[in-house]
Amino acid sequence: MLDVIVRRLCSAIPVLLGVSLVTFGLIHVIPGDAAVVIAGPDASSEQVESIRAVLGLDKPLHVQFGLWFWNLFQGDLGDSFMLGRSVAQAIQERLPTTLLLTTYSILLTIPFGIAAGLIAAYRQNSWVDTFVMTIALVGVSVPSFWLSVMAVLLFSVTLGWFPTSGYIPPSEDLLGCLRSLTLPAVSLAVFQIGLLARMTRATTLEVLRQDYVRTARAKGVSEWRAVGKHALANVMIPVVTVIGLLVSVALAGAVVIEQIFVLPGLGQLVVQGILRRDYPVIQGSLLAVAVLLVLINLIVDLLYAYLDPRLRND
Amino acid sequence: MTEAAIAVARSTPLPPWQLKLRRLFRHNGFLIGIAIFSTVLLATLAGLFGLAGDPLKINYTSRLVGPSEDFFFGTDNYGRSIFTRVIDGAHLSMLIGLSVVGITAISGTLVGASAGYFPKLDGLIMRCMDALMAFPPLMLAIAIAAALGTGLTNLIIALAITYTPRTGRIVRSAVLGIRSAEYVESARLSGAGHLRIILRHILPNCLAPLLVDLTFVFAYAILAEAALSFLGVGPPPPTPTWGNIIAEGRDYMVDAPWISVFPGLVIAFTVLGLNLLGDGLRDVLDPRLVKN
Repeated sequence: MLDVIVRRLCSAIPVLLGVSLVTFGLIHVIPGDAAVVIAGPDASSEQVESIRAVLGLDKPLHVQFGLWFWNLFQGDLGDSFMLGRSVAQAIQERLPTTLLLTTYSILLTIPFGIAAGLIAAYRQNSWVDTFVMTIALVGVSVPSFWLSVMAVLLFSVTLGWFPTSGYIPPSEDLLGCLRSLTLPAVSLAVFQIGLLARMTRATTLEVLRQDYVRTARAKGVSEWRAVGKHALANVMIPVVTVIGLLVSVALAGAVVIEQIFVLPGLGQLVVQGILRRDYPVIQGSLLAVAVLLVLINLIVDLLYAYLDPRLRND
Repeated sequence: MTEAAIAVARSTPLPPWQLKLRRLFRHNGFLIGIAIFSTVLLATLAGLFGLAGDPLKINYTSRLVGPSEDFFFGTDNYGRSIFTRVIDGAHLSMLIGLSVVGITAISGTLVGASAGYFPKLDGLIMRCMDALMAFPPLMLAIAIAAALGTGLTNLIIALAITYTPRTGRIVRSAVLGIRSAEYVESARLSGAGHLRIILRHILPNCLAPLLVDLTFVFAYAILAEAALSFLGVGPPPPTPTWGNIIAEGRDYMVDAPWISVFPGLVIAFTVLGLNLLGDGLRDVLDPRLVKN
């Protein structure tokens, strides 16, 4: 198991390298003079020059690249133009909200998504299957940002069950925090539940056709045991790998959802950064999210190798 | 059909593509998907030819009017018909969706074919794709679109970059499965060059998974475009897009919910159609499913 961990850790390094390259490159795909674009149309030439100096755009490309990596290794992501503090600090403040929101939505997704997929597969081609899968299909077709606007209209404006927007930190009021995150988390979860249900159904159908399930049934094991014990264990393995994808989907969705519910998270930070052309913030938060995802995928990979012994020696 | 005709039909087996086509047209989901997508396409064309009216026509005497005979989807705060605006916005969504699909098809095939066919390139190319896939798709698209500058072309480029790695991966795994097939080996032995082998012998056999994937890319692109327009990183108002109509409607959510409700329903309807098409194609074309 130890060599698996080492090997997976090593395979994450080129991805992390690539991720930082992409974020570094972002500022260099700005057409024309990046400093002029970032400073905006009303900026004076001194302001443009100061931005150029702050971002190091006046230095040759390879020096910029070296500096970017050097700072990165020290955890220095530069300073934000709009927030008046370091990007690392801003990310540190914003990360908990986003993590809480995505975790909440993933916790909603996993039981419902897996249960729906299992039921549909077990009753393949029955009305239950059609019914569940139609709902899942609608779930992956409805834009989550629109769904959240509708949810606010129904549950906040009309029924008054949840606040329309705003965020209460868990340290202040845990219940209030959950209440403020429920609508956003549910809006995110609908798409993910649909996705997970569709994947779980496909995997389960494949597993149910395997010889060992037939053997289990043939030797007279109860249906509950054949499906619940023999099949389910093998369904769970591929489903675990989907978790990384689900977190990615949730984080992408959070960009829009945080905007709608005015949640002070990373997604909101990115959008604010973009609207104010605050490139250090955009780069920093993009990098933070990607690194987070790489780490989550690494953990999932290890979990996968732990669950499936065949994957330990490949 | 008479019994004799049935016997004749049975004795001459249909070519595989015709069999698949027949199965496709017996697939309920696929047929519903076709119906939905054709409806959206017709509406798009109607909008392009101005049959639904002028989406920018301001009419202060009919502000924030609910759905009625004159205005199917109601009107907004300028008295503009939401129905007309949604129909007119369709061509932007379709244009963006189709362009993203077109570019992704080309770039994904290039990436996937070179990675799958040339083992020496595989590691490098796939690590680059892994790096791009490490970002949440929507976040990467917004960042690229914002860096390039807002505008239609840049939005399309940003979305295409975001979806290329996925498509590339799918093409790559299809190529890997075919690369060592006997007919490819014999083509190589008979002296065919790499390009000829890839174009004539390998890629035609990757079309099925590519087609399935592109249908879903289309659906994702429409969802992503709506989300980006909603955030204000898409084509700027007053040009109607499905996303920015919803965004504009948010200020009138309580008094005039229809402004946001209908464009969202239309997006969901379109994406649902595309997902049904994709599911149908996958059911019929995926060889793993056909066996069972």
